[in-house]
Amino acid sequence: MSAGLFAVGLAGVLIRRNAIAVLIGVELMLNAANLNFVAFWRYGAGGEAWSGPVFVLFAIAVAAAEAAVGLALVIAIYRHYRTANVDEVDRLKG
Amino acid sequence: MEMSLVFGLTALVTLAGAVAAVTMRNLIHAALALAVTFAGVAAVYLQLGAEFLGFAQVLIYVGAVAILIVFAVLLTRGGEVPVGGVHACGWWVGVLVALAVLGTLGWAAGSAEVAGHGPEVMATLPVRELGEALLVRWVVPLQVLGVLLTAALIGAVLLAWRGPETGAKSEGNAEEGSWTR
Repeated sequence: MSAGLFAVGLAGVLIRRNAIAVLIGVELMLNAANLNFVAFWRYGAGGEAWSGPVFVLFAIAVAAAEAAVGLALVIAIYRHYRTANVDEVDRLKG
Repeated sequence: MEMSLVFGLTALVTLAGAVAAVTMRNLIHAALALAVTFAGVAAVYLQLGAEFLGFAQVLIYVGAVAILIVFAVLLTRGGEVPVGGVHACGWWVGVLVALAVLGTLGWAAGSAEVAGHGPEVMATLPVRELGEALLVRWVVPLQVLGVLLTAALIGAVLLAWRGPETGAKSEGNAEEGSWTR
């Protein structure tokens, strides 16, 4: 299930034109990784007792920061270019 | 086995939400499908016994991140379906890469041995122990995380801030926009 979620998120990053849709794909991939942490913490071989959930908590917090910064970037790019389409933001193209 | 049936249904709903989130043309609908996916992941956390994580997932993702995405769609007028289609120009390459990754991950997960079996009854872990672990064993990472969140939110506000002197003429043409930062 986690592999499927990750693959769908990756497809979302790669095939959509809108930058917000790309961010949705990134969020899906982060969730897939967190799901893996919990599942392997539960079914895996030992390790420290609380390492899995604590790591997922940290990952959720970092993902929240990433989402905030990413959406702010999308809004800034939209103000500048009047578009949220990642194909049209090509000023760095050589 | 009841557990696997519940897990199968949850996984089905979650994956369907994920597929809908990346394929729907209207971004508002995509954001709502994303919320469904987050709720499904939270349900899986609850089934795995990570009770606190499930509720944190509901609070942070279903609550905050989904609303944040909806507001970003609102601010960028992304709810309108563009005329040129919603897919990037090289979208089939993306589909191929995603299928390859899915195949590799599925092969790896299928061939890996599960080292130990979890307990038959998924005991929910007490939140008190999680709090003690966070504040004793992982207290320094927790502080660093607080600093990171603060810096990230200040940075987000700075990025999205229009600026007082440039706000009036921001309706100009796109190329020579008033974005000065």
